[in-house]
Amino acid sequence: MTGFAVSGRAGTGLAGARALTTLAVRRDRIGLAAAVYVIAAGVAGTAWTLKRLYPTPAGRTALAGTAGANPALRFLYGRLDGTSLGSITTWRYGVWAGLFAALMAIFVVIRHTRSDEEAGRLELAGSAAVGRQAALVAALVTAAAGVLAVSVLLCAVLPLTGLPAAGSALLALGIGCCGLAFTGIAAVAAQLASAARAARGIALGVLGVAFVLRGVGDSGPQTGASGPSWLSWASPLAWIQLARPFAAADPWVLALPLAVGAAGTGLAFALAAHRDQGAGLLPARPGRATASAALRGPFGLAWRLQRGALAGWAAGYAFIFAICGAAAKGIGQLLGTSTALEREFTRLGGQAAITDAYLAALMLLAGLVAAAYAVSVIGRLRAEETGEVAEPVLATATGRVRWALSHIAVAAGGAALLLAVAGVATGLGYGLRTGSAGTWAARMTGAALGQLPSALVLAAVAIALFGVLPRASVGGAWTALGLVVVIGLFGQVLQLSHWALDVSPFTHAPRLPAGPVRAAPLLWLCVVALALSAAGLAGLRRRDIG
Amino acid sequence: MANAIEIRALRKSFGRTTALDGLDLTVREGEVHAFLGPNGAGKTTTLRILLGLLRKDGGHAELLGGDPWRDAVDLHKRLAYVPGDVTLWPGLTGGEIIDLLGRLRGGLDPKRRQALTERFELDPAKKARAYSKGNRQKVALIAALASDAELLLLDEPTSGLDPLMEATFRDCVSDERQHGRTVLLSSHILAEAEALSDRVTIIRDGRAVETGTLAELRHLTRVSVDAETSRPADLAGLAGVHDLVTDGLRVRAQVDQVALDEVLGRLHQAGVRTLTCRPPTLEELFLRHYFSAERTVAGAPR
Repeated sequence: MTGFAVSGRAGTGLAGARALTTLAVRRDRIGLAAAVYVIAAGVAGTAWTLKRLYPTPAGRTALAGTAGANPALRFLYGRLDGTSLGSITTWRYGVWAGLFAALMAIFVVIRHTRSDEEAGRLELAGSAAVGRQAALVAALVTAAAGVLAVSVLLCAVLPLTGLPAAGSALLALGIGCCGLAFTGIAAVAAQLASAARAARGIALGVLGVAFVLRGVGDSGPQTGASGPSWLSWASPLAWIQLARPFAAADPWVLALPLAVGAAGTGLAFALAAHRDQGAGLLPARPGRATASAALRGPFGLAWRLQRGALAGWAAGYAFIFAICGAAAKGIGQLLGTSTALEREFTRLGGQAAITDAYLAALMLLAGLVAAAYAVSVIGRLRAEETGEVAEPVLATATGRVRWALSHIAVAAGGAALLLAVAGVATGLGYGLRTGSAGTWAARMTGAALGQLPSALVLAAVAIALFGVLPRASVGGAWTALGLVVVIGLFGQVLQLSHWALDVSPFTHAPRLPAGPVRAAPLLWLCVVALALSAAGLAGLRRRDIG
Repeated sequence: MANAIEIRALRKSFGRTTALDGLDLTVREGEVHAFLGPNGAGKTTTLRILLGLLRKDGGHAELLGGDPWRDAVDLHKRLAYVPGDVTLWPGLTGGEIIDLLGRLRGGLDPKRRQALTERFELDPAKKARAYSKGNRQKVALIAALASDAELLLLDEPTSGLDPLMEATFRDCVSDERQHGRTVLLSSHILAEAEALSDRVTIIRDGRAVETGTLAELRHLTRVSVDAETSRPADLAGLAGVHDLVTDGLRVRAQVDQVALDEVLGRLHQAGVRTLTCRPPTLEELFLRHYFSAERTVAGAPR
């Protein structure tokens, strides 16, 4: 009898959903909790910091004036709606919290649907008394639980920073609803492509388009119907601010993301019911029957495996840094509205150097992210080794060192390319608004490349770990990067000792465009990078593969 | 004739697990040598040491006259390897991977590549993520067989292939032998080894328990005797007769070679009506080795 009951429920497609949901939550418990915490802490921390930086209504009014006048800032953060503390919190972090919630939802949904399906794990689970839709339900429930946890947490925490409870709740719900909208979008993307990478790409592409639509819409004229502000209404990321949590609250706007989420979920279920296990709706394109001349030797292979990701990183770099560079004009006035911030920056380099300090901070950011890219490329070596695709390569006339160097070359060359892109984009973004774009592009390219030796030191740490402690190499390298990020971004604020600051290679990079350039530290960084790489390669030559 | 592979007293352990415990293995040039053993016996570890992927803890290993660890790159130009569990880069097509592996090895014959692709019925324009296990296996096999390597190291090469493709594979290996290539074929499929190999090494718990031509191995082993006689034959109590089953006038037994003459004499006295004597299949050999091993484990902890 039980058997009939089970098979009857399997026919509905939902049998086993509870078990799969438990499994999904179990697999994600640490990552998801960390993501929820980081997103909520980001919003609450922003509210708290802004309260400290802009305690007076006069300072906030001045901020509203400059932020409203700067289209690049409106592109990055959205429109500022009023001068209350809640309004500037919504302006400064609302869109970005929505973006992070959307990212979390996309990664969770694809991970438990298409990734598992592509890896064949769903086939195994599906052969049990599990319905066809169960995995999709599990993924949706897990993602929704994550974004709603962000909302609940913010509802509780934001009033503690002194924001009105009603506005806090609306902002929190806006962020959660944005996550729900992208939960639905990711569910559809998971049905379309047969590869998890491609499915993530589709969903992230929609997110990117949503960001640009909102950015273009928001950077138009502040008032009047002449501007392209209607574009904002087409973007789920804008709806958080369009609900106007701390101004004329308009909670009905949040029906839009809920509708998108519901429509996406419905469409995903309909699509999933009409397709084969493992198949996508977009046809898998056939590739070349023979290899091109470029796919020759380990370097050709490494380039082929990494070029797609590098192109994506470079496009992201160009986009973000062009906007951040454009925002540099007028940054002085913006900071001038906060006496606390002004003091901070004056201490660093004087009122006149605020723009330079901002540009130098941007270059530090570019360097840190380029280091993250390089570490991820080196991590591919370990992934190829444990995934057993390194074995057939090493069984040919390819030595271990040459194989490792092929990916190291991509890491170093890629980091250099990304930094050059960051420099050119920042210089052009700033230069086009101030005149003399060419000069600024050249200046900022130099400034960005000044970060390269520091980024390479981190890549070299990853190489050394890969060669000597392969099992701990991926975790160790990212931990090292995390420490360097903390030192670089918060070292001054945390008032770390000189010794602790000096551990980070980025402490020794020149603070361009205005700071002095000394050759000695750069040379030392290169020597350290080479020594660590050599140690790693020597370790690789001596150890077992696999 | 020189030896393509010479391994003596090879040892390798991973932490507390001993994978190889004094393995001996000799593969002569130009022969197809089957390397037989159950899962976990140490076959793949041996191949990885021969490829210079793992470092031996002790003993002697020589490959094509060189040191597999020190001379890895030079030796790899002269060999081709098919891993037991073929993993491919999901974004590359089968054709691209065949060409890439060939180029990494130092070149492959485009005509042979074409012929083998047709023979194994592989669609080379498909991305590797769309291939089944058997098709991934075919990609690795084509890449190895289309090379002009003098030594082929094949780790359970037919796992995942259907019986038709298995036959194709056997034909290919026969061709390779005709061309004078040396093949080391690790397998737990006994029919494959029986059909293909000149010599066999059987490995258990990281040690070679038996090695030789199939004829030599049979020489060491019992013969299956199945006979019907006119009068009851009395074989009970004879030294060298095992597993005796008497069913009226029919007797079946496993007989040591030394006792064969005596057994046939007794059968003859009883008046032979039908008689089947056959060498043991590799399955029977195999079962004997591993069955006795299991008994040892079950009987007394070592």
